[in-house]
Amino acid sequence: MSEHIVPKKTYYAVFGALMVLTALTVFVARFDLPGILNITVALTVAVIKATLVVLYFMHVRYSSRLTQVIVAAGIFWLVIMLVLTASDYVTRNLLAPVARISM
Amino acid sequence: MSTAVIHTPAEGAAEPRTTYLNAGHTLKSWLLTLDHKRIGILYLLGVSFFFLIGGIYATLIRLELLTPQGDLVTAQTYNKLFTQHGIMMTFFFLIPSIPAVFGNFLLPIMIGAKDVAFPRLNLLSWYIYMTGALFASYAMFAGGVDTGWTFYPPYSTNYANTYVIATGLGIFIVGFSSILTGLNFIVTIHTMRAPGMTWYRLPLFVWAQYATSLIQVLGTPVLAITLLLVALERTVGVGIFDPRLGGDPVLFQHLFWFYSHPAVYIMVLPAMGVVSEIIATFSRKPIFGYKFVAFSSLAIAVFGFLVWGHHMFTSSQSVYAGMIFSLISYAVAIPSAIKVFNWTATMYRGSISYDSPMLYAMGFIGLFLIGGLTGLFLAALGLDVHVHDTYFVVAHFHYVMVGGSLLAYLGAMHYWWPKMTGRLYPEGWARFAALVVFVGFNLTFFPQFILGYLGMPRRYYTYVPEFQLLHVLSSVGASILAVGLILPAIYLLWSLKRGPIAPADPWMATGLEWRTSSPPPPENFERTPVVTWNAYEFRSKEETEVIGPMGKPDVSERK
Amino acid sequence: MAQSEATAQHSVVHHPALAHHFENLEQQREASTLGMWIFLITEIMFFGGLFLAYSIYRSWYPQVFAEASHHLDIVLGGINTVVLITSSLTMALAVYYSQVGNQRKLILFLVLTLLLGLTFLGIKVVEYSHKFHDGLIPGVHFRYDGPNPQQAQIFFWLYFAMTGLHALHMIIGAGILSFLIYFAWRGRYSPEYHSPVEVSGLYWHFVDIVWIFLFPLLYLVGFHVKG
Repeated sequence: MSEHIVPKKTYYAVFGALMVLTALTVFVARFDLPGILNITVALTVAVIKATLVVLYFMHVRYSSRLTQVIVAAGIFWLVIMLVLTASDYVTRNLLAPVARISM
Repeated sequence: MSTAVIHTPAEGAAEPRTTYLNAGHTLKSWLLTLDHKRIGILYLLGVSFFFLIGGIYATLIRLELLTPQGDLVTAQTYNKLFTQHGIMMTFFFLIPSIPAVFGNFLLPIMIGAKDVAFPRLNLLSWYIYMTGALFASYAMFAGGVDTGWTFYPPYSTNYANTYVIATGLGIFIVGFSSILTGLNFIVTIHTMRAPGMTWYRLPLFVWAQYATSLIQVLGTPVLAITLLLVALERTVGVGIFDPRLGGDPVLFQHLFWFYSHPAVYIMVLPAMGVVSEIIATFSRKPIFGYKFVAFSSLAIAVFGFLVWGHHMFTSSQSVYAGMIFSLISYAVAIPSAIKVFNWTATMYRGSISYDSPMLYAMGFIGLFLIGGLTGLFLAALGLDVHVHDTYFVVAHFHYVMVGGSLLAYLGAMHYWWPKMTGRLYPEGWARFAALVVFVGFNLTFFPQFILGYLGMPRRYYTYVPEFQLLHVLSSVGASILAVGLILPAIYLLWSLKRGPIAPADPWMATGLEWRTSSPPPPENFERTPVVTWNAYEFRSKEETEVIGPMGKPDVSERK
Repeated sequence: MAQSEATAQHSVVHHPALAHHFENLEQQREASTLGMWIFLITEIMFFGGLFLAYSIYRSWYPQVFAEASHHLDIVLGGINTVVLITSSLTMALAVYYSQVGNQRKLILFLVLTLLLGLTFLGIKVVEYSHKFHDGLIPGVHFRYDGPNPQQAQIFFWLYFAMTGLHALHMIIGAGILSFLIYFAWRGRYSPEYHSPVEVSGLYWHFVDIVWIFLFPLLYLVGFHVKG
């Protein structure tokens, strides 16, 4: 089970895609989109870029199943932390709405 | 130790044999060693020291609580006592205890490897531990810290005038030693297993270590960043946890318990692994439902990350989040109960011998059961409001951490002592000490359940006179417990010089660690073993006496 | 698993880089790659705590965060994004040349990666000094003209914590690259043994990924608000 050598062409293609996505995210950020659309677009683009780096630059697409599971576990645990904490913050004021001093 | 008599004397009795112990005698050969066994011993020295320190603090606490009024120490000193006790015991003793001492010593041997995957990293982790310990000790001697081991803001960030940063830094540093140990074990278990050592042939101790390592790797970084935030908030004062400046102190509790609840499983999972080994050996039966026990370790590790909010029911956490956390907390009981059930089923109709490790293991099962079940009381939203921050909680987690982890640690110490040192200890004293520990422990902590239920809050240095009887009982129990802990220290040290030479397999146990000599050679095995059997394939005592000391027939015999 | 297939009486030629406790180079390589990945998981959780804090406070104070982010230099941030992604490409190519055994190009691309990393850090220094000049360093000297200065301070606090930790990782990465260049120049790496290059590459790409998230969260969050 010798390692997989990714052709240079793939690296250049991924690099191109990353550049285009960077330009895209800066471009979209200029417009005032309704609601949470701005942050949604920005994060979606960031996730796509990160996925490209992980899959191709970090060879996870060609790696062993074990490596893939580890990567998935890392993301899963981060999501656990974010989601369960958010479950507090999102529902905290449902029972007794309090006006918060802010904004 | 009566079973040991039938064996032929240890192989090396006639001519001196190179073991990991006599491979080098200089201080340098210990301080720069890359041998996982020596690093395990180094850790043993470190954690024993901090156990002693933590014990001294506990003694002072129990002395102060003998009388209702505060007449031994001031309130401020008392705050420092319980804080230092908690910090020393959790971060510097319990978390590294079984993984860093017995995991380091045994894990590579159990899987048939020469060493862990990254020996240098392993040594580094000990030095990191000692560096962190240095910071914490400095803080301790300079004046201590009084925030409680949980460092809740805004007290820790805005008000406490004690050595919060030095202590926090110590724990921050020690965390990295824990991460490195976990990382090393995961990689070792994945890549270093001997030929034929498949996952389902691994001893359950290895499975438990694997699950523990997952928690160490996934949880500890969050604690690190949390303590960093506290330290920065204290120095710069920007209000990330300060409600006056727009921050949220509850966010600290989320971050802290995201690590510190799973950390409870860092303490108890390896203990469960130890108990699995001991129960199987002294019942002379394979563990009932091997795969269930193995996967329940992983399940506990995963579920452990989903329940941290049950520490925060009485904070301003959302009630809805509280409900979710409460429900998932109940789910943790399932894999824990599977283990208890399977250990009991293993003992059922087994050929049980009541040697000292077995006494500790059986003590573990009973006390962990109480600790676990009272945990369910606390996971119930409504009841927790009543008993939160009372002695009920104190009693609960001491049943898990002392009744559970410490008893298993002592059990492991007795079980593997002949392997680690090559000497046998006086079994009669060992059984007596196990009994003393059990009695002393229950007398110390059972009254605390009642105290807590009656409304005695934790972390108070005075109390109403009605509580005195229960407090005195608890203090008396603590004295008995102390005797039970000093005894092993004496006879184990005695055995180092005077104890009879231990055979390779004094317990007629299975497992690769018993197939190499006691103490093991530096490379663990003369030849890399080839494993063709499952874990815990025991023969009957009679068969063993006829065929030989090893629990398993040789490979050649099989073929 | 490789070693379960391997037999006890292995017949691998002993490579000078093979540590005594491994059976063969394949096992050693597998271990180091796995080790690095697990280390990166700890890094995810480490930064994760800060991302959590960011999410909470941004959801509490969206307006303040948007306005505060106007004080960041989007041009410098954008340039740094491009620099860092390019350095990821050169690092990936360095790994490629170590795999095929082209030592000259390996050194060339390692040096390029190092230079790009240093460029990133240089630009970061410029940005930080601007912030210092504008009094936007959280603490007693914090000066902020807009509304809700305390909440804006939380934004800047997060900005410095996140980019500061990221920069620290870049500095460590630059150190690692220097070692790699030295040993590559000494000719230590070959198609059989180059896992140090490979695992350092993983680390470098991870640091890049962190920035990929930091850039939109910190710099672009208020771009659309008229400031």
